[in-house]
Amino acid sequence: MRVLSLGRWLRAGRVPPREPASRPSGHRHSGHRPQGPPQQKVSVEVLEHLEHLALVDFRDSEGVERLQKAIQFADQLHEVNTDGVEPMDSVLEDRCLYLREDDVTEGNCTKELLENARETVEEYFVAPPGNIPLVKLEGQKTFLQGSK
Amino acid sequence: MGARLLGHALRSQVSAALKEGRVTPTELCQRCLALIKSTKFLNAYITVTEETALKQAEESEKRRKRGQPLGILDGIPIAVKDNFNTAGIETTCASNMLKGYISPYNATVVQKLLDQGAVLLGKTNLDEFAMGSGSTDGVFGPVRNPWSYSKQYKEKSVPKSHSEDEEYNWVITGGSSGGSAAAVSSFTCFAALGSDTGGSTRNPAAHCGVVGLKPTYGLISRHGLIPLVNSMDVPGILTRCVDDAAVLLGSLAGHDPKDSTTIQDDFKPFELPDLPDVSKLSIGIPKEYHAPGLSSEILSLWSKAADLFKNAGAKVVEVSLPHTRYSIVCYHVLCTAEVASNMARFDGLEYGHRSDVKDSTESMYAATRREGFNDVVRGRILSGNYFLLKQNYEKYFVKAQKVRRLIANDFGKVFGSGVDILLTPTTLSDAVPYTEFIQEDNRTRSAQDDILTQAANMAGLPAINVPTALSERGLPVGLQFIGRSFQEKQLLTVAKWFEKQVQFPVIQLEEAERHDNGVFQHQKSASFS
Repeated sequence: MRVLSLGRWLRAGRVPPREPASRPSGHRHSGHRPQGPPQQKVSVEVLEHLEHLALVDFRDSEGVERLQKAIQFADQLHEVNTDGVEPMDSVLEDRCLYLREDDVTEGNCTKELLENARETVEEYFVAPPGNIPLVKLEGQKTFLQGSK
Repeated sequence: MGARLLGHALRSQVSAALKEGRVTPTELCQRCLALIKSTKFLNAYITVTEETALKQAEESEKRRKRGQPLGILDGIPIAVKDNFNTAGIETTCASNMLKGYISPYNATVVQKLLDQGAVLLGKTNLDEFAMGSGSTDGVFGPVRNPWSYSKQYKEKSVPKSHSEDEEYNWVITGGSSGGSAAAVSSFTCFAALGSDTGGSTRNPAAHCGVVGLKPTYGLISRHGLIPLVNSMDVPGILTRCVDDAAVLLGSLAGHDPKDSTTIQDDFKPFELPDLPDVSKLSIGIPKEYHAPGLSSEILSLWSKAADLFKNAGAKVVEVSLPHTRYSIVCYHVLCTAEVASNMARFDGLEYGHRSDVKDSTESMYAATRREGFNDVVRGRILSGNYFLLKQNYEKYFVKAQKVRRLIANDFGKVFGSGVDILLTPTTLSDAVPYTEFIQEDNRTRSAQDDILTQAANMAGLPAINVPTALSERGLPVGLQFIGRSFQEKQLLTVAKWFEKQVQFPVIQLEEAERHDNGVFQHQKSASFS
C-alpha cells in the first residue's frame, strides 16, 4: 500500500490544494451551485470507523478525496427549506403493502443454494472463525494506519 | 426473405412473419446469433446463450407448427441485462464479485418472458452493479455505441479513413443499460430488458436511438433484479418502436406475490390506437429542465417538439418543478445509503467471489469485498455508510428523504393543475467519444448525465425516451415524456403519436445489412431537424 503523505494533512486538519475538476468542453458543465461554508474534514477516526462498518477500505488518498467530494456535494441539500416536511420512504406510501398468507409455498432447494458457495461442509456454509477483531496484516495496512 | 428482417418491428412485422410462416423461430434465432458474433466488437453481450436459445427456438417452432403459439412473443429473440437473475446462466452484474455466479432462479420478468415463448439470446453488458451513466465501468470493458459504426456518423466525422481513428472516435452508449440498448439498436434482438434507477434505461436509449421505457414504480416486479436502490429501481424496456414497448409492458406488468412492492391493482394489457389523437391533451414544459449545459441542438429540438403538439391542437404550457436541481443531490445521498445496505450481502459466504484469506470472518469479508468491487462501488458504499452514521443520519439521510417528498410534490402539483404529460429532453447532448467520457470520474459523470432523468425515479413516475432526430454529428438524440403514475397507456399513446411525427431514421450499419441478405430499403425520414 502506498505510504500516504495525506495522513499528515488529515491530522493537521488542513486540505491539500486541489485542482478544480477539469471539464473537457463547455457543455459538460453540470451547473453546481457555488460551495457553501467551508466543510469540516473527515477525521481519521471516522474514516477508520467507516472502513470497519463497511468492511471496505479506502485504499488510497483518492478514496478519501472521493468521500470528501461526496460530502461536499451532499451538503447542497441544506440549502433547501424542509420545515414541516415529512420524510418520504416510498412513493407507494398511500397504499397497503402486500402481505401473503403464512403458508410454505416453496423451498427444498438446499442443493441448488449450496452449489454457489465456495466452501461448504455437508449442509453448512463454512466461515472462518468469528469474534476476532479485524486486524490488518503486513502489506494490507491501509494508508490510514500508515499515517498514524 | 427480401427486406430487412432483423430490423422489423416486433409486433407489426416480425410477429406477423412468424405467424404466417414466412420465417421460422430457428432461422430468426440463428440470424440474430450470427449478427451477435459479427458485432462482437460492440461488447454488448457478456454471455451469449447459444445452445439454450436454439433449443427455445426449436420449441417455439414446434408450437407454431401445431398452431399453438403462446402469444405474440413466441419465438422472438430478446436480451436481458446482466443484473437480472437467469436460472442456470451466469449473472455477473459486470463485477468480479459475481463472476462465475450461476443463478439458481429466474427473475420474475425473465420467467414471464420465457413463459410466453421468448427466446433468450444472452445477458447484456452494463456498468458494474448498474452504477454509472456510460456502460464503461464494468469488468468486461465498455460497450460501444453501434452508431459509432453507422454510415450516418461516419459521414459527419472529419474525413479520415484510417480504421485507427474509428478506434478512437467510437462513442459511448450511455448507461447503465448500455449493452441492452446497443443490442436492440444493432438489430441483434427485438427487445431487451434494462433497469432504471436514475435514468439507466432512458439515457442509453437516447444515445442509441431506441425507445426506452421506465414504468411506474410498483408496476413491474423487481424480484430477481439485483437491487441497487430498492425504493427507486424498476425493470426497463428497450425496443425499436413504441408499439413494441407496449407489447413488452403488457407481458411484464402486474402484481407479483414475490415482490411486495408491486401494486395489487389489476393490470390490463393494452394496444395503442393506430392514429393517436393528442388534441385534447395538456403538455407541460418544465422550465427547470433547460439545465445548464443543455446543447443548443437539443434545446431547438425540444422547442420544435412543443410546436408540433401546439399545431396538433394540444395545450402546451410552461410549468415549474422548482426542486429539480436538488434531485441529483438527493439521489446521491439516498442511492449511496441504499447501496451501502444492499451491497452488504456480498461477503463471499453463500455466493460470489470469496477471498482466500481465512484468519477471521471479518478479514475474509473485507478482503473479499476489496477484491470483488471496483472503485465506484466501494466509493458509494463508503459514502453511504457515512450518511448513515448516527451523527449524520438526520442531517443527510432524513433530510434527503424530505427533499424527495418536495420533488414528488412538485410533480403532484403540476399534474394536479391539469397537465397530462411532461415533455423534456432526455440527455444534455448526443453521445460523446469514449476517450472524452473517461476524463471525468464516474460520480461526476453520473451527476451530469442523470440530471434530466433522475427526478422521475425520485417520484416513481413513468417516463419514456423517444428517438427524435440525428444531431449534427450524425448521432441520435431523444426526447423524454413523463406521465402520471400508472398512466402508461396515455404516456405511450403520446409517445407513439410523437414517434410517427418525427420519423426517426433507421441506422445504416454495414454488419446488419450483410446479415440480412436483402437489399437495404432506405426509409425516407421526414427529417425533423
